Amino acid sequence: MKLRPAGDNLAGYAFISPFIIGFLAFTIIPMIASLYLSFTSYDLFTTPQWIGLGNYIEMFTGDEKYWTTIKVTFTYVLAGVPLRLAFALLVAMLLNRASRMVGIYRTMFYLPSIIGGSVAVAIMWRNIFGNEGTINQLLFFMGIDKQIFWYQDPTSALWTLILLSVWQFGSSMLIFLAGLKNISPEYYEAASVDGANPFQKFFKITLPLLSPIIFFNMVMQTISAFMTFTPAYIISKGEGGPLDGTLLYSLYLFQKAFNFFQMGYASAMAWVMLLIVGLLTLILFKTSKYWVHYESKEG
Amino acid sequence: MKAIQESPQAEPRQLHMNKPKFKWKKWMYHLVTGLFALLMLYPIIWLLMSSFKESSEVFVTAHSLIPDPFIWSNYAQGWEGIAGQSFGTFIKNSLIIVGFSTIGAVISSALIAYGFARISFKGKAFWFGCMMVSMMLPHEVVMIPQYIIFAKIGWLNSFLPIIVPQFFGHAFFIFLMVQFIRNIPIELDEAARIDGCGRFSIFYRVILPLIVPAMATAAIFSFYWKWEDLINPVLYLNSPDKYPVSLALKLFLDSETASNWGAMFAMSVVSLLPVILIFFLFQKYIVEGISTSGLK
Repeated sequence: MKLRPAGDNLAGYAFISPFIIGFLAFTIIPMIASLYLSFTSYDLFTTPQWIGLGNYIEMFTGDEKYWTTIKVTFTYVLAGVPLRLAFALLVAMLLNRASRMVGIYRTMFYLPSIIGGSVAVAIMWRNIFGNEGTINQLLFFMGIDKQIFWYQDPTSALWTLILLSVWQFGSSMLIFLAGLKNISPEYYEAASVDGANPFQKFFKITLPLLSPIIFFNMVMQTISAFMTFTPAYIISKGEGGPLDGTLLYSLYLFQKAFNFFQMGYASAMAWVMLLIVGLLTLILFKTSKYWVHYESKEG
Repeated sequence: MKAIQESPQAEPRQLHMNKPKFKWKKWMYHLVTGLFALLMLYPIIWLLMSSFKESSEVFVTAHSLIPDPFIWSNYAQGWEGIAGQSFGTFIKNSLIIVGFSTIGAVISSALIAYGFARISFKGKAFWFGCMMVSMMLPHEVVMIPQYIIFAKIGWLNSFLPIIVPQFFGHAFFIFLMVQFIRNIPIELDEAARIDGCGRFSIFYRVILPLIVPAMATAAIFSFYWKWEDLINPVLYLNSPDKYPVSLALKLFLDSETASNWGAMFAMSVVSLLPVILIFFLFQKYIVEGISTSGLK
């Protein structure tokens, strides 16, 4: 009952041709161009000048701002992603029970992550942490008389960005919730019979069985956290300030390319970003065998 | 066991013993979870309530949620727009971008997904691998050459650079639909083939109607991503009459010196309304899409 192989080739390529055309036109050709540009000095108006490794050397030895953006971005990713996942898991466990209200709670927790990437939310966040914003006024009512200038200190400004990312834990929570529902209650019953306490149950049953899902989430979110642009762009009004405290990698790359028209330098930055993201993913994959538990496939 | 539990003697006693303690725990759970959920929603509620406050009052009374006096004028004022454009123009622009992008992405992804899921051809594994890799590729790597290409062919300050690439399939959606098609019994294809259907009519008459849920999920996410997209409009659009809502809000923010908070908050709320509306209408598809493929 097999269709003719020759026709298969033709039909197959006919159906996926939009992907192949798009992949060549919008991914492969731009990637080659970007790699080439990264070895040139190019301002968009004159012809690119070949400068070899010049951009890369400047990046690692000459440009102090580059190291700031690396530090800022790594702090953002390495603090934001684990905090968000931990929060998501905590709330998912809270919601993993039979109750009519759970659906409503789930919606309430999920809503921030559905609107979280928008400009409106970034504007809201900027104002909540403003000098006269809600946070400071609530702190005042709680008896803390000192105004905190969230956006005048580089560290606290970055932490408002991290908090904004943690606040959007909803989609990970949904994935964890689906994973928790798949864990057979028999495991917990057996553990209870053996006298395990809730902590033991969490560390010996829940965490190992969820680890493949946690792993998948961690990889995907690390990648997307590295590319965060909108909140930093809006909250710092495109500057990345104060003192470059919120100068996330994407924002700095954008500034270099479209404010200073250093297209070659920005392309080199993009390739280093690709390498960093690839390396981080590789590390996650390599270490996964020590902490990700895959159930053996049987029956 | 069952008989004992259901016997009239055993049940009331058990209820009597467990009832008070059980209820207390349940109330505590709902109190803690409910308060926590409200805390998470607090910023959104604050934004909504601030949009009904006088601009001069917003930060004087930032601790309070109740607008006093309660006014609608921020919405009227915000709707008048900014940079000589009414807010209606921005919404129209957003709808054009979102509409065409979504149609393009969903239809092309469905075609491609059918090719990957149902037809065996030489090099399939290679192209599928390319697609999976392109899912993880940072946009920054292709952003600059894409910009240069679109500038060279004169597409700057038009919607084309934002819309056209969507017509060549979207890796996440293709992946989602491939998973979906693989769960459809192949016998349906075979039966249609015996009835004389060609490849395309199998796709069009058999598969397409069955993958409507996956297409709906893809459409919803496409809507979300394009509606809130900021970097592409910032890159490609430079006259305010072409600005979508996201970029218009950025304009409001830039002119913040006039401290017209009220109008900015009001239009922020307006920009969130379609997103929240779609969320409540299609929650089922969204939850499914996220739980099965990790879409965000």
